[in-house]
Amino acid sequence: MTRYTRVASALHWLIALAILANFVFGTWMVDLDLSPAKLRYYSYHKWLGVSVFLLVLVRIAWRLGHRPPALPAHMPGWERVAAGVSHVALYGLTLAVPLSGWLFSSAKGFKTVYFAVIPIPDLLAKNPPLADVLKLWHLSLNYVMALLVLLHVAAALKHHFMDRDDVLVRMWPFDRSGSGAKS
Amino acid sequence: MKRWYALLTLVALPAGAAPLAVDLAKSEITFQSKQMGVPVDGRVRKFAMQLDFDAKKPEAGSVKIELDAASIDAGSEEANTELVKRGWMDAAKFPKATFVSSSVKTLSGGRYEVTGKMTIKGNTRDLSAPFTVKTQGNAQLFEGAFVLKRLDFKIGEGAWSDTETVADEVQIRFKVLAGPAPK
Ligand code: HEM
Repeated sequence: MTRYTRVASALHWLIALAILANFVFGTWMVDLDLSPAKLRYYSYHKWLGVSVFLLVLVRIAWRLGHRPPALPAHMPGWERVAAGVSHVALYGLTLAVPLSGWLFSSAKGFKTVYFAVIPIPDLLAKNPPLADVLKLWHLSLNYVMALLVLLHVAAALKHHFMDRDDVLVRMWPFDRSGSGAKS
Repeated sequence: MKRWYALLTLVALPAGAAPLAVDLAKSEITFQSKQMGVPVDGRVRKFAMQLDFDAKKPEAGSVKIELDAASIDAGSEEANTELVKRGWMDAAKFPKATFVSSSVKTLSGGRYEVTGKMTIKGNTRDLSAPFTVKTQGNAQLFEGAFVLKRLDFKIGEGAWSDTETVADEVQIRFKVLAGPAPK
């Protein structure tokens, strides 16, 4: 079996965890009453989101330089197309979600200062009506991404438990001892 | 008639010249606070000012400013809703903040410094602000900046007095355009 490279696998799971965490955290923090803690949480949310964005850029760069293992031979054409399209969409959404958060924040009049140290330039000037629209975009893109992630997970499980192929195992980060030996 | 009126103001204002005509539409009081390292811009939308200044006799100058506490725009709707509350400006009980100068002195490099008493939310503190004066046609443009420590005036009590999230220092800037005294 050909596996994904360690780097590809590490980036995949790191980004997946960070996005899941930020999704849950973002949903939780918005309903809190205004307090200093809430302001801190918003900053943490932004920092984690910016980190995701940077990691996705690294991931895409790595992907362009490293061809992933071929899809199993048993997959029909439509499945191959669906896999290809959904993977491209996932790369796009994992960039678009943090991007929309950043644009929203700028339009709201709050510059993002990464780790309270590095100011990230605002592409948009303060514009409260536009901020309301971008807030909705940030939320909607999140839900579209969540839906696609569910589909992605379902497909991985189908490969593993129904097709019994190596699609999930070759991306799995642990137990790489038998790399190439396992069939 | 006009001459009589001029004579009257001379009598009514023993010290110095008649107050200048402040052009409120072209004057502004803005500020910048910091939360989690993020600079947030705000401004005082409504204020009144009595200003008296003659570059030939700077020490005779004086200023009295009255700021409308409920008119402060702290950068976002959420912040403005919060700011009028008791822990912040307590605008219902203290609708006005005032600054009354006690002296003006000349600094080097064509700069001046005004010192006086700032009263916000019933707390009075001495404050000084350096400023410059430029002539614009027959008007004068006064510009200056100083740092106000919000906790000196109990702006942000309880959990909000934590300066890790919202900094104590607030950078205040003023720009005042004043024409010659009305005749
Ligand atoms: C992996 C990246 C990210 C994920 C998964 C994510 C997810 C979310 C979610 C689920 C919400 C809750 C929306 C709601 O229920 O109303 C939210 C809110 C928010 N996000 Fe993100 N976000 C990410 C990145 C970012 C970035 C990079 C920024 C800004 C630089 C940002 C700024 C915000 C803000 C300001 C809110 C609050 C919206 C409000 O005030 O209602 N997010 N995010």
